[in-house]
Amino acid sequence: MNRKHHEPLIHLVKRVEASQKLAWSVRIAAFLISFFLCAVISSIMSGRGLDFFFSNFFKGVFGTERLIWNLFHDTAIMLLIALAVTPCFKMKFWNIGGEGQILMGALGCSVIVNSMAGSYPHASVIVLSLILSLAFGVAWAVIPAIFKAKWNTNETLLTLMMNYIAVCLVDYFIKKVASSGTGILNFSNKVGLIGPVGNEFILKIVVAVVVTLIMGIYLKYTKHGYELTVVGESVNTARYIGINTKKVIIRTLVLCGVLCGLIGFLLVSATDYGLNSDSTVGGKGFTGVLISWLGHFNPLGIALGSFVYSFFFRGATRVGTIGRLGGSFPDVLCGVFLFVLIASEFFINYQIKFRNGDKIREYFAPVVNAFAKLKKRPAVVAASENNSTESDGGEKDLQESIKDEILSEEVTAESVSEEAPKEVSDSAEEEEK
Amino acid sequence: MKVKKILATLLIVCLAAVLCAVFVGCEDGNKKPTFDINDPEFKVGIICLHDENSTYDKNFIDAFKSATAELGLTEDQVIIKTEVGENNACKEAAYELADLGCDVIFADSFGHEPYILEAAKAYPNVQFAHATGTTAHTENLSNFANAFASIYEGRYLAGIAAGMKLNEMIDSGKITADQAKMGYVGAYTYAEVISGYTSFYLGAKSVCPSVTMEVTFTGSWYDQTAESQSATSLIQNGCVLISQHADSMGAPNACEAAGVPNVSYNGSTLSACPNTFIVSSRIDWAPYFKYLINSVVKGEQVAYDWTGTIATGSVVLTDVNTNAAAAGTAEAIAAAKAKLVDGTLNVFDTATFTVTKTADKNVNATIDGNGKLTGYMADVDTDAAYTADTQVVENGVFKESKFRSAPYFDIQIDGITLLNSKF
Repeated sequence: MNRKHHEPLIHLVKRVEASQKLAWSVRIAAFLISFFLCAVISSIMSGRGLDFFFSNFFKGVFGTERLIWNLFHDTAIMLLIALAVTPCFKMKFWNIGGEGQILMGALGCSVIVNSMAGSYPHASVIVLSLILSLAFGVAWAVIPAIFKAKWNTNETLLTLMMNYIAVCLVDYFIKKVASSGTGILNFSNKVGLIGPVGNEFILKIVVAVVVTLIMGIYLKYTKHGYELTVVGESVNTARYIGINTKKVIIRTLVLCGVLCGLIGFLLVSATDYGLNSDSTVGGKGFTGVLISWLGHFNPLGIALGSFVYSFFFRGATRVGTIGRLGGSFPDVLCGVFLFVLIASEFFINYQIKFRNGDKIREYFAPVVNAFAKLKKRPAVVAASENNSTESDGGEKDLQESIKDEILSEEVTAESVSEEAPKEVSDSAEEEEK
Repeated sequence: MKVKKILATLLIVCLAAVLCAVFVGCEDGNKKPTFDINDPEFKVGIICLHDENSTYDKNFIDAFKSATAELGLTEDQVIIKTEVGENNACKEAAYELADLGCDVIFADSFGHEPYILEAAKAYPNVQFAHATGTTAHTENLSNFANAFASIYEGRYLAGIAAGMKLNEMIDSGKITADQAKMGYVGAYTYAEVISGYTSFYLGAKSVCPSVTMEVTFTGSWYDQTAESQSATSLIQNGCVLISQHADSMGAPNACEAAGVPNVSYNGSTLSACPNTFIVSSRIDWAPYFKYLINSVVKGEQVAYDWTGTIATGSVVLTDVNTNAAAAGTAEAIAAAKAKLVDGTLNVFDTATFTVTKTADKNVNATIDGNGKLTGYMADVDTDAAYTADTQVVENGVFKESKFRSAPYFDIQIDGITLLNSKF
């Protein structure tokens, strides 16, 4: 305390509310940077030029009609998975068990198809397999929810571990019913499955669109959606305004389980026509969590995120194939892509301030002014406006804090829980009306 | 009325014409087109479960590269797709390769088969082929083929090297004849692996009659940790020599660390295990790839079910590592190989082993009073219920790979103990 105050060279200031324009320009810039970064990595690794990357990338995404269908199909599956876990994350219930919940859904479908297909009417097998898929998915989601609600156990660990149990159950089931197989169960005759509807892709794309709309309405306009958001912001607040948090947690996870079960059902009955613990879900349950974050838990944002991710993955796969860079190469590029995009959120949420920021600004003022003149817009005024909004970021009301905030979650959650109850009760009253 | 009649006649004539056109079209379709191998538009593709880090896939990729290079294809004509799972992704990969202009598409993993089959139906002008598969000979689809090799011959020869090493240990007093116990790390408990370890065991037994073997399964084709742990526990169990049928370096590395001799598979592990590597057998896929591509180029029908043998060069052994192997191993292998090639030696000669039949073991076998195998009904034609449909024992020999290229020998013979089973 009695030390001389020393201002660090760089310090970070939380933006109170980043403008949409800034946020989107940062995101678009991040997308372009990651794209270019991947192009450079690919051309170095393959020893071919940049044009090799770009031509193959776009051919791999849009080259044929089938590839375009593939793109939207991949998007739909990724979107469904991300949407399934979104309500949990919005409630700050760290459900990283989407993988296992989907796999259980797939198992539920396989159990019915394996035991009933052929000997019962086609439609009844489909209906029953859907029901069991949903039941299995819900079971796998609701067990950690009950534990969390009743005994406040750590849901991250529990959901993670239950993924492995799901894998083992699937392996066990396949071993039991197809003992001389290779750990793969096949329903390639498609008896008792939905099979292709129209073409192989359209069913899942339609389902994804419908679920996106419903989820958007559910999260934004229903009491359920509001309650789970409040529980996510602060359990104490929720309790204070009379929300039954246990009920909300369990109800939200049931919803998540239903969606995961549905995805598992679609994967077995309408996509793979088979079951394998390794490749049926194949890690997409974890990627879906990232996509959900990337989309700020906003269904439209998640849809965009899924599309961009699938676009990237498919293009990178083609580049890896033609450049002989190995099957893991697209994962590397997607890692780079996701990393850059998620890291860019930092620049949306925080502003970097230099110690001699004012001097620097003065130094660059002529340039800035010149640009301003070009654009016929007073940039200096805009800059000073920016300046004035830099407060310490501590005072925020709940309405604002509910808005998408990734990196500051912990900090704001605490401050909100101390200051916000009154305002929350106000807004809750409004909601009641 | 007249108008109606005329219309009806016209309709019939039209229909007949359409039918004729269809038949003519079909006839044209039955004749396979030919290709110019040096045409940049002629392309071949391969779909692999993993990439070169797996010895199994590396074996395919290397053979594919060398065979296509030998045939004069450029690198742009050869497309290699790795890390393709055994699910819908495989079908999409096959479609993608076909759309990229591939005229020959090969897939390397057993689980790829149903998806490749579906792609073959969708792309009748593209030749699809699939390693280790079982359904082509019953599907009768002219552009879908299975292939495998009689790798049991290679394993038998590798087993001879193992037996000679055991004899050397017995002669030097390191172990007694009763302690001649080998360990085997397998992936799954099914025919491909069972056929492999049994032939390996029979090879060893042909030179070291007192040998026994313990087998443990990892339940995965590629699990470095599990393979390493399995090998280590076998060694602790008293196994003095290890072999494996799984794709990682887990078992060979564990052997090198423990100083226990190792007979490897799918390629030499000499550089990683200079002191313990004896010999390795593998399937060389290059002869098949050449046959496959040449057949397509010439417009000939590819065999539905092709079995490469030691005589066609499809089954090969590495050089014997003289640091680890017993003296005279290379000569003994060469002598046995000559007998295998000329047909005087049969790996699964029923006189060389006995079988015990119980309620849940070897149920499809018929044996005589001495435990000698006299008949075996194998599930050759794939069906969901695994029906045993074909008698595969002929003239005192279990005819492996005769009725179908993929192995069907799944008998548990005496002398081999299974410590677990993984399906």
